[in-house]
Amino acid sequence: MTKDDYKKLVKKHTPREPKLRNIVVAFFAGGFIGFFAEFLIYMLQESFGMSKVIAGSWTCLIIIAISSILTAFGFFDNWVNKCKCGLIIPTTGFAHSVTGSALDYKKDGLITGLGSNIFKLAGSVILYGVISAFILVVIRVVING
Amino acid sequence: MASKQYKNVYLNDYFTLVGPLEKMSHLKKYNLAMDDYYYKEKTFEQAEVKMQNVVVDNIMSRNCLNNSDINLLIGGDLTNQIAVSNYNAKKYNIPFIGLYSACATFTEELIIASNFVDCSGYKKILTVVSSHNLTAEKQFRYPVEYGAPRPHTSTFTTTGAIATLIGKKEGNIKIESSTIGRVIDMDVSDANNMGAVMAPAAASTLVEHLNDLKRDVSYYDLILTGDLGCVGGKIFQEFLEKNHNIFLKKYMDAGCELFLDSQETYAGGSGPACLPLVLFNKILTTKKYKKILIIGTGALHSTTFVNQKKSIPAIAHAVSLEVC
Repeated sequence: MTKDDYKKLVKKHTPREPKLRNIVVAFFAGGFIGFFAEFLIYMLQESFGMSKVIAGSWTCLIIIAISSILTAFGFFDNWVNKCKCGLIIPTTGFAHSVTGSALDYKKDGLITGLGSNIFKLAGSVILYGVISAFILVVIRVVING
Repeated sequence: MASKQYKNVYLNDYFTLVGPLEKMSHLKKYNLAMDDYYYKEKTFEQAEVKMQNVVVDNIMSRNCLNNSDINLLIGGDLTNQIAVSNYNAKKYNIPFIGLYSACATFTEELIIASNFVDCSGYKKILTVVSSHNLTAEKQFRYPVEYGAPRPHTSTFTTTGAIATLIGKKEGNIKIESSTIGRVIDMDVSDANNMGAVMAPAAASTLVEHLNDLKRDVSYYDLILTGDLGCVGGKIFQEFLEKNHNIFLKKYMDAGCELFLDSQETYAGGSGPACLPLVLFNKILTTKKYKKILIIGTGALHSTTFVNQKKSIPAIAHAVSLEVC
């Protein structure tokens, strides 16, 4: 059997991922987080008289704090698989990946463990986030002058 | 010839320790169970060392053995530099061999121990093998707390430790023959589909075993592969049918037999502890099978090579057991 034939055999027996279901689940899970954040922004504006920008920053901080605490309680272990990428794509996922790595590596020392591994998963997001922001700003300046 | 028959080699005793999820699986009559993944230690790695310590201590005390009674200790696990086995071995003043064949480590240990007993006059050899879900996850996949979504082909590393005592003294389980496998690479690089990586290696070893010993597959009451999982098991069967015209009727895969469907481990269990746990705590407890061929299958997975876009090679070793 050639390697190509074998690939076909593997494909035949590989169960299909229910992609449509995953997308719908992720849409509603992620959407619920967005809904919750919108509610927070509205509430902060109404109750504390904040401007929309300030309320948005506070909401971001609150979401990060909540998801980090939930990581510590092991909430994501079970729920990421149930909600698919709905929990990982929003800020919750970013906070969770940092806290998860920190929790995992804290026993390997503050420098050699926690320090060097805390951005193990989030590092790519930070690096390519900054680079793409830079490129987009350059494009904007070139177009708008 | 990669196969060898043994005259007087017996698996005299075994001691099994299972993890928290395995405790609630299909396994019965295990010796000890862990309530949590830390096992009263500070880290998962130290917990795995303790797991090996516990099974070795128990099998020695149960058979009234001292360090000096044992000729050789053979150990293996999944951690880098097989650190767990090394830290376990430092507790005992016994000559030590550390092995790594990923999930085929258990059968590799049996083969090496049997050869020493058969040819070198060693009387008693202890083997120990372990895997811990969270040390393996941390090393091969994501940080433990991350809990990334997994595809349906993925398997779940079994938590458990098993010690066996192999010697010349006649017993219920005879190690009859063995076949050392070759490293096979069919160009699969999906680290979430280890069954597909390992199935050709298992087939190669099985065919070599049958040819060397001039046996038909019906000679065995059961052929038990290590951790191909439910997906890999089907690929293995069809691969044998198409390539070698071998039709397996009495076949099981340990990974697929281990967990309950409700435990959501997808394609089943994996890891070096998977095969021995299912063999000792499920297959042998039924007392239905006399001649069993166990094929430990190991994906020689290196995250470095996979990140460099290389495929994953695999190996499988077979051991024939006769149970009376």
